Formats: sequence, C-alpha cells, structure tokens
Amino acid sequence: MTIELGDVLGHFGQYGGRFVPEALIGALDELEAAHNAAKTDPIFQAELAELHRTYTGRPSIITEAKRFAEHAGGARILLKREDLNHTGSHKINNVLGQALLTKKMGKKRIIAETGAGQHGVASATAASLMGLECVVYMGEEDTRRQALNVARMKLLGAEVVPVTTGSRTLKDAINEAMRDWVTNVATTHYMLGTVAGPHPFPTMVRDFHKIIGEESREQVLALTGTLPDAVLACVGGGSNAIGIFHAFIPDLGVRLIGLEAGGDGIETGRHAATISGGSAGVLHGTRTYVLQDENGQTIESHSISAGLDYPGVGPEHAYLHDIGRAEYRAVNDDAAMAAFSLLCRTEGIIPAIETAHALAGALVIGKELGPNATLLINLSGRGDKDVQTAADYFGIPL
Amino acid sequence: MSTALELVFEKTRAENRAALIAYIPAGFPNSLGCERAITALVDAGVDAIEIGYPYSDPVMDGPTIQEAAEISLKGGTDAADVFSALKVASATGVAAVVMTYWNPIEKYGVNEFAQSIADNGGSGVITPDLTIEESGRWLEAVSNCGINPIYVVAPSTSDARLAKVTSKTGGFVYAASVMGVTGARTSVSVDASALVARVKATTSLPVAVGLGVSTREQAKEVATYADAVIVGSAFIKLLLNAKSEQEGLESISALAKELAKGVREGR
Ligand SMILES: Cc1ncc(COP(=O)(O)O)c(C=O)c1O
Repeated sequence: MTIELGDVLGHFGQYGGRFVPEALIGALDELEAAHNAAKTDPIFQAELAELHRTYTGRPSIITEAKRFAEHAGGARILLKREDLNHTGSHKINNVLGQALLTKKMGKKRIIAETGAGQHGVASATAASLMGLECVVYMGEEDTRRQALNVARMKLLGAEVVPVTTGSRTLKDAINEAMRDWVTNVATTHYMLGTVAGPHPFPTMVRDFHKIIGEESREQVLALTGTLPDAVLACVGGGSNAIGIFHAFIPDLGVRLIGLEAGGDGIETGRHAATISGGSAGVLHGTRTYVLQDENGQTIESHSISAGLDYPGVGPEHAYLHDIGRAEYRAVNDDAAMAAFSLLCRTEGIIPAIETAHALAGALVIGKELGPNATLLINLSGRGDKDVQTAADYFGIPL
Repeated sequence: MSTALELVFEKTRAENRAALIAYIPAGFPNSLGCERAITALVDAGVDAIEIGYPYSDPVMDGPTIQEAAEISLKGGTDAADVFSALKVASATGVAAVVMTYWNPIEKYGVNEFAQSIADNGGSGVITPDLTIEESGRWLEAVSNCGINPIYVVAPSTSDARLAKVTSKTGGFVYAASVMGVTGARTSVSVDASALVARVKATTSLPVAVGLGVSTREQAKEVATYADAVIVGSAFIKLLLNAKSEQEGLESISALAKELAKGVREGR
C-alpha cells in the first residue's frame, strides 16, 4: 500500500487542495513557506519543544483504564491523556505551533473559530502568552452551549464575536473568520483549529499534532512490548484523530478507527457523521467529505457535542477512508453520554463529550476484538466545559 | 465563435466607454421578482447581467448578499432556477453570466454545468473560489462548450500569479477592488486602479472592477481606467429596503440609469 501524505499542492488523493478566493493565496503561500522553513529549523523546533515541556505539560501520560475495560469485553484500554495538557485538550499543540509561526511572519493579530470553545480558549491562551491580539468567532448557538468557555476566553483577554448567520455554529464561525481574514490578511493570521481548510492547514495542523501519536507509540511499546491492535479517536474536523493516527499509518497491522458524531442517528438526518453519512464535495477551501444536499448546499450538522458539530472533515481522513487505511463509524448522542458517565464512574476521569464518542466506540470495538486486544484511545479533552450540558442530560439540578 | 460577452466588449470599446454589469442572485427576492429585476436592469441600460447562484457558505460575500442568498435559498432556489434566470437574461439580448462558488458546480457535474450554461444562452461563469491549480476539469469543460471561464484577482495577487491566472481567463478578468468581501462602500480604493494596471500588463482581455461600487460618481471614476464596472450589493440593498416590489424595481431602474451615465462619462 502506498499512502500519500500530502503532495506539494496539499492533495491527499483526490482530496485537499485549495478552493479559496485569490485574495488569500498570498497568505497561504506565506504560511506554507513559514511552516516548511520551521520544519527543518532547529531553533523553531527547540522553542516549540521547550514550550511543550514547560507550558503544555508534555509528554502527556498514558493511563490504563482497567475498570472501564471490564465493560469493553476485557480488552486492554490505554488512554492517551491529552486532557491533562494546559487548557484541557489537544488543541494547545496546534495553537502554540501556529502562534510561533505568526510571530515569525511578523503578524500581530490572530483570529480563530471555535465550536466547543476549546480551540478558542487555546488560541486566547497562546495569544496572551505571546502578546498577540486575539479575536475568536463563535456561533451564537455555541456561545450559549459553552458559556463557561466564552468567559474563559474573555478572562484571557480575547474578544469573542458571536456569529448570527446560518446555523450559528462552527461552520458559520469559520465563514465569518474567513471573511475577516480576506479583509485583514496583511496583518492577521487565521489560526484554524483543525485539519480542515485550504492547504497548508490540513498538513500543518497535522504536523503540530502528530506528537500525540509519536509519544504514545513509544509509550505503548514500552508498556506492552508491542503495538496496539487499534487506535481510536473522535472525529470532528479530525485533528486529535490525525494526531494520534499519524505515527501508526505505516504500521499496517494497527487498525485506525475514527468515531464520528451520530447525533440522533444517521438515519434521522440529524447528525455530524461526515464520512459515514456525507459525500465528496468542497467546503471551507478543501475537497473532502461534506454533508450536503443534491444542489451542493451544506446541510447543518447536529451533535450533542459542539466540538464535533461540523458538516466537513479533514481531507486526509477522507483519503484514509477511501483507501481503507482507516475506518470511520458513527456514535449517537446517547451512546456517547453513556460512555461519558461510565468513564466518570469507573476511572474518576470526566472526559469531554467529544472524547466520549471515542470511548463509546471502544466499548463496541473492545467486544469485537476480545480480551487479548489492546486499544489505544486519544482522550482528547477534559469535560469541565461540559458539566452544564451533562447535568442537563442526566437531570442533575444545578 | 465569440460569446455574447465578448461582443459586448467589442461594442463598448468601439464606443470608447466602460460596460456596466449588474449582479442579481437567482430567486431573489423570489423567482418572478428576479425576472422582473433583470428586465428592469436591462431596460435601464446595463450591458450584461451576472446571475448569482445562492450558496449556503458564501465566504466572499458581505452581509447584503448573504441576506439575499439566505432569502433565495429559503425560497428553494436550485440549479434549475439559476439556469432559468440566465435564460431570461440572455433572451433580453444582453450578455449573461453566472457567478457561483465551486461546490454547486461539482455537485451538478462539471461538464453538465458548463453545458447547461451554454444551452441557456450564458456566456461564461465567474468562479470566485476556484483556484487555477484546481481548474483542470473545469477549463476542459468550458472550452468544449465555448463559454468563458472568468477568474477573480485581488490586490494581493502577485504579478507572476496574475499572469498565470489571466492566461487561463476568458471574457474578462474580474478585479476585486479591495481586500475584502462584497458590499457597497463609500469609496472605491486606490488599490483598484493599480490592480487594473497590473492586470493589463499581463493580458489584452477586458478588466472589470467589482466590490463596493454603488454610485454614478464611483462608476465614472472606475470607468476612467477599467473596461467594466460591476455593481451588486447596491441593487440588492434597494430591493431589500423597498416597501413594495414596484418600489424596488423603480429604485434599481433609477440607479442603473445613473450608473449607465457614469460608465459613459469616464473618458
Ligand atoms: C476535546 C475535544 N476533542 C475533539 C474535538 C474535535 O476536534 P478534532 O476532530 O479536530 O479533534 C474538540 C473540538 O473542539 C475538542 O474540544
């Protein structure tokens, strides 16, 4: 199997590329050049590594979830603890890298989109640390669902702009951020929060997250003496998933399984499972799987998890799916919330609701693979931000 | 064979003036209202009509066109409505083109879309988010159907890239006057004339300036250096603010007449 990990134009097979207004080409070229230079620049790499060691808290640890595993057919369950990173999720890996690049490019203002608020908080954090101005676009609907994170961003000194167009969720926040970028591109860097968007974003964001897989591959080998049977992660735009998958792509015996948000169920049409329930198209500057109608208009996605509520997905996932190197399944809201509760009660870890989709997948896949299997799961974030949603869901009065 | 659009520019060149191109989204304010607006604009003297294909995620558009697109999509506008508006426009005798984001073309079928443009009398398609690098299949399709592939360039586009883009362009080059989204502005930036000059250094194609033009004065100013003036948001704003359809049609007709004078006063 030959696997294409992004050509010079950012293509993964028929996916990826650039579908953007000409006004953005210069900025994308500049970013691509800065990223390519940084990849081989020992000073940049040392700076980023030092930040990860002293600020992010890397390497993140592996926790074996023995009591949770009893519910997963007895398979061995290893959790890669990205929830323990500063700001509470994997998102910090990407924003520190992009913030350093922003400084290298001499720009002083960053803009970001956010759904759950995790990427917005991470962006606001990086901006504060590096003295950059930060504006975060967030769907009005999400500002309600994730009020705590809105307050966190404001405390960190960022401006939060509620987006009132379209479905008022992540997709519309990206539209608004792109409009800002087209207008202010000379002074502003768009700190995109996932492995979607026009080239070089899918490749660059993946490069900043691939440390998750590199660390955990070593950690699992050290712990078990062998590679895991399967690596699992939730998939919204796909950044935490590609981050943990990437180092394992050449290990063809390791199954890579992405769990998408099934919402009320794919058959209801109310879901965010782009690969499982969508079709090839172009959204937000890249060719990938998209939830769209017969005219190519984007269909609004639905998920209990704001961070997975997106009608597109990173082009590398679309490609890994088509060539059969990775599998994608949908997990409904209820199954995700049951797994959320189970991890809380068996391991003393409150996961993000996004992450709970991967945990729900593990309960099923563990049973399929049996007690001799080892499953590595990306615990992409912690659930503090989701306490309100979970309390509502489980009927806990606040 | 020349497209109707190419013939328009032959004519305006002979008359030593700039052309006036009016933008209206298909299905806005509704499908009959759109047809009436097209007729009103043509009667008022525009040289070409640009039919917008409303899209769910219009990242190049400001609030005015976003609102119009939302109204149109709520009314159920689809590809068939776009082609029927195109047919209405071309049947009036002016040149007619479609402006669309890329995904609806890909979903419809690249060859089929180009063919339907030609079949309905269209001269070409403006594709604001299709880059040259991703244009292979499209350029083949438009060439087979004898229609113009119209690309948009921006003040930030480098000279080298301008040459690359204009070498693939047909009909005219669409110069976005400012860095930003569509919408009426009080002044057309100085960037615009510099951009037009840079474009003209790479091609003999006509160059049209769009984004922000809304008055006769601005049209006159742009007409001094560009081959066409494109006006969209200003018409849409009038239609959105009108108390009745009749009032809306009268106001866009009045504005189009003013703009038509403006494009004749530049030189
Ligand atoms: C904890 C957590 N996991 C996963 C995601 C989904 O994003 P991605 O698929 O890019 O990892 C988010 C997004 O906000 C998140 O906060």
